[in-house]
Amino acid sequence: MELLEKYDKLSEQLLKTFEGKIERGDAIEPRDNMPDGYRKHLIRQISQHAHSEVIGMQPEGNWITRAPSLKAKQVLLAKIQDEGGHGLYLYSAAETLGITRKEMIDQLHTGKAKYSNIFNYPSLTWADIGAIGWLVDGAAIVNQVSLQRTSYGPYSRAMVRICKEESFHQRQGYEIMAKMMKGTKDQQEMAQDAMNRWWWPSLMMFGPHDGESPHTSDAVKWKIKRSSNDELRQKFIDKTVPQAELIGLTMPDKDLKWNETKNCYDHGPIDWNEFYRVINGNGPCNRQRMEHHARVHHEGGWVRAAAEAYSKKKENI
Amino acid sequence: MTEEQAIYNYCLRMGDNSLIQSYRLSEWCSNAPILEEDLALTNFALDMIGRAQAMLAYAGKIEGKGRTDDDLAYRRSERQYYNHLIMELPNGDFAKTIARLLFTATYEFYLFTDLQRSADPTIAAIAAKTVKEVKYHMAHAGDWVLRLGDGTEESHNRIQKAINKLWMYTGELFETDETDAILADKNIAVDLALVKAKWTAHITGVLKEATLSVPEDEYMQTGGRKGVHTEHLGHILSEMQYLQRAYPEAIW
Repeated sequence: MELLEKYDKLSEQLLKTFEGKIERGDAIEPRDNMPDGYRKHLIRQISQHAHSEVIGMQPEGNWITRAPSLKAKQVLLAKIQDEGGHGLYLYSAAETLGITRKEMIDQLHTGKAKYSNIFNYPSLTWADIGAIGWLVDGAAIVNQVSLQRTSYGPYSRAMVRICKEESFHQRQGYEIMAKMMKGTKDQQEMAQDAMNRWWWPSLMMFGPHDGESPHTSDAVKWKIKRSSNDELRQKFIDKTVPQAELIGLTMPDKDLKWNETKNCYDHGPIDWNEFYRVINGNGPCNRQRMEHHARVHHEGGWVRAAAEAYSKKKENI
Repeated sequence: MTEEQAIYNYCLRMGDNSLIQSYRLSEWCSNAPILEEDLALTNFALDMIGRAQAMLAYAGKIEGKGRTDDDLAYRRSERQYYNHLIMELPNGDFAKTIARLLFTATYEFYLFTDLQRSADPTIAAIAAKTVKEVKYHMAHAGDWVLRLGDGTEESHNRIQKAINKLWMYTGELFETDETDAILADKNIAVDLALVKAKWTAHITGVLKEATLSVPEDEYMQTGGRKGVHTEHLGHILSEMQYLQRAYPEAIW
C-alpha cells in the first residue's frame, strides 16, 4: 500500500514537471517524461505527416517521365526527393517516441494510420504539378510554420528544416502556373482547370472547422497544435488569393470577397460531405495510392531481406 | 566527317546515354524497396539530367543551328537517338537495375576519368564534374551487388540472372567508329580499349567478391550508335516528348 502511494505521488510529480515545461514553453525531448496521451497523439500526428510526404510522391511522380523540359524534369525530381527526405526525418522524429518505421508502415497498410487526404486526388495534367506545388505545398507551409513552435523538440526541429524547403516548392509550383498563364490558350485553360480542381481540396487540408475537430483540445493544451484549423485556413486564403489574381487565375468560389471590417477574405461554404467521403476511403485515388504503396513494399521484401542477411554475415566475420 | 561533326556526334551520344538512363532511374520514384533507395536512385537520375543538359547544349552549340538542349531532347525521333541499348532496357526488378548501374557507372567512371584530359575544354570540364558523381554511382551499385550476391539465395539468383541477361549489352559500350577515330586522333576522345581493360578488371573483382560468376562473352548486341534501337526506346520517347509534341507552340 505504501509503495502504491509513493508510486502515485511520483507520477503526479512527473506530470507536474511535464506541465511546467509546457507552461514555460520549454521543448519536450525524447528522454523527458511525458503522459501517454501526449506520446500517442504525437506518434499519430508525426507518422501521419511522414506518410503524407511519402504518399505525396505518387501524384507528383506521375509526371516525372512526362515533364515538358529538362529543367522542369530536374526541378520536379529534386522536389520529390525533398518530400522523401522529409518523410525520412519525420519517421526518425516519430521513432524517438518508441515506434519503429516498420510498425508505422504496417499501420499505414492496415488503415490505422492515415495520410493527408489531398493525395487521394489525381494529378491529371502538367498544370496539376504547378497547382500541387503552389496550393498544396502552400497550405502545408502555413500549417508547418505554425508547427515550428510545437512543444515536442524533434518534431519542431524537423519542421524548421522542412519549412525552408517547402517555401522553395511553393515558389516553383507558382512559377509553373505563371508560365502557363502567360502561354497559349491551351496552357491557360489547363492552369485554370487545375486551379478549379485543387482549390477546395487545399482548403480542406486544414481539417474541419474549429469545434468539430476531434483531436484539437488536448493538442492545444499540450502546445502540440499552436493555431486553430480556421485560423490557418484563413491565413492561407489571404495569402493565396492575391497571388492567383496576379497571374490572371479566377478563384473558383463565387462567394469569395474581401471583408473590410474583418480585414480578410470571406469564402463560400466548404463541401464537408466531400471531405468525409474522401477521408472515409472513397476519393478518386485512395485505393490506388494504398495498393501501390503496399505492392511496392511487398515486392521489395526480398531486397530488404538480402541486405539484412548480408549485414548479419558481415557482423559474424 | 569534319572534326566538328565528330564532336557533335560524340556529345550527342553521351547526352543521350545520360538522358535515357536518367529516364529509367526516375521510374523508380515511389517504386523502390526502401525509401532511402528511392531517394538514391532518383538522385542519380538528377545527376544524369544535369549531364544530359550540358552535353546536349554543347552539341547544339557545335552544330550551330540554334538548337537547344531541350530541342535535341524533345524533338528528335527514335532513329536520331544514339544512346547505348543497355540504357533503354526496362528496369526489371531491383537486381536488374542495380546490375545495369554497375555496368554503366563503371564504364562512365573510367570514361570520364580519362575525358578530364580531353583536348576539348568543354568536354574536359563536363567530365571533371561527372567523374565525382559517377564515382558515387559506381560505389553504390557495387555495394548493392555485394549485398544481393552474398545476401540470400533468392537475391543471389536474381542478381546473377540480371548480370547474365545484361551481359550481351555490354560489348556495345566499347565499340568505336569513325567519330571516335577522328577525335582520338586529336586527343579529344579517349581510347576505349583502355577503358575496357579497367572496366573488365573492376567488374570481375566486384562479381567475384559478391560470390557471382562472370558471364562468358558470347554474341554482343549492337545498333545504338547507328540509331537502331530496341523496341523500348520508342515508348520512352513517346512518353517523354508528349507535351512538347502535342503543344509545339507552348513554352513550359
